[in-house]
Amino acid sequence: MTAFSFDGRPVDFAEGQTVGAALVNAGIYSWRVTRRHGTRRGLFCGIGVCYDCLVRVDGVPNQRACQVAATDGMTVTTQTGTGHDDFAC
Amino acid sequence: MVVVGAGIVGAACAFYASRAGLDVTVLERGAVAAGTTGAGEGNLLLSDKAAGPELDLALRSAALWNVLSDELGGEAFELERKGGVVVAGSAEGLAALHAFAAEQRAAGVASIPLDAGQLRDAEPHLSPALAGGAFYPGDMQVQPALAAAGLLAAARAAGAELRTGVEVLGSELASGRLTGVRTSAGLVPADYVVNAAGTWGGEVSARLGGAVPILPRRGFVLVTEPLPRVIRHKVYSADYVANVASDRAGLELSPVIEGTRSGTVLIGASRERVGFDTTISIPVVRQLAAQAVRLFPVLAGICLMRVYAGLRPYCPDHLPVIGTDPRVPGLLHACGHEGAGIGLAPATGELIADLITGRPATVDPAPFDPVRLIGAAA
Repeated sequence: MTAFSFDGRPVDFAEGQTVGAALVNAGIYSWRVTRRHGTRRGLFCGIGVCYDCLVRVDGVPNQRACQVAATDGMTVTTQTGTGHDDFAC
Repeated sequence: MVVVGAGIVGAACAFYASRAGLDVTVLERGAVAAGTTGAGEGNLLLSDKAAGPELDLALRSAALWNVLSDELGGEAFELERKGGVVVAGSAEGLAALHAFAAEQRAAGVASIPLDAGQLRDAEPHLSPALAGGAFYPGDMQVQPALAAAGLLAAARAAGAELRTGVEVLGSELASGRLTGVRTSAGLVPADYVVNAAGTWGGEVSARLGGAVPILPRRGFVLVTEPLPRVIRHKVYSADYVANVASDRAGLELSPVIEGTRSGTVLIGASRERVGFDTTISIPVVRQLAAQAVRLFPVLAGICLMRVYAGLRPYCPDHLPVIGTDPRVPGLLHACGHEGAGIGLAPATGELIADLITGRPATVDPAPFDPVRLIGAAA
């Protein structure tokens, strides 16, 4: 098994697994906080359509956890809001 | 009265006709807002129209959209008075834009010329290379599918009937006058039939014996991931106006970019005459994205979530066709609004209701009369 980090803790994954599948397999069901109501989100459709499972991967926000293949040493962090607060004006 | 088509124009025709006391049935082959209405951005623009009949129709429509917002609740269809910002890249382009805006002001369109500094105040993320622009406070936006649904709901509350999944096949005539339409669900009697079939208005008009030339012009809309409000208005290049009016068959591109209340940024606009083909073209998408980044460098690292395609229905002279068809008594046309159908729908619906009931029209119907196109139809 290889591992990536999620909010600082190691998450093991099997070759070919997506970030979303590995997180669920590790008992982690949510990794985003919505921008309006601050509610938690994780996998919903699981097939790349609904954009509910967005997460920050190696600093880039809005990655679909169900579509991104896990790689060794990847840094995955919970996404809050749009993930682009630095843009506000 | 039968209205063929449940897009925004058919919905507006049904709304104003049922409010005028007519007994209205809307027949729609597919679903509400399933054609061009559901494939655009929902803009209600004054800024892109030169003084003339289309602007007169747009000004009347803008007034009616404001009334509809009060009456039906603009929140329900996300009416937003966001304003438009048109930008120019060169000093000559800016001078031409300001001259165009001055002519529009004489015709009743409010606008404020912006120098480069004022442009940056209006849209802080715009490229600093631009020469300046013009702000049009009267440009608005609605969510078009919700707006069509809202107008149809109000029409039904006034007695109209909506039948989806019903395709119009031909006309029924008695002594040369329409008495109804033949459909996939049988005969539907009517004294008046309004062709509001949008991009398919040419085909429907031919089936009803009064062919008018309506042709498709393909466009794509790119949708980004949701962002904080980095783009405040609808922002587009002054080149866009020239492209809309162009008769060239090839690909035409001009950047049209706007933030939405849901946070996504919408990017257009391409125009291609490729028939009814709605296949997404990756090279065109790439060019649209590149020109958006040139205008707003901040978009460079942003992901697109999706791209959708639509067909704008246009007439050869770029004016919609609204009015009675002299060849088939009882037949009226209300289509060919190209990319401006959401904005022009209320005044179109009002005009159709006025023509049927004999009330004096608010907008001069002559420039839109189908007669100008007869003979040009296939």
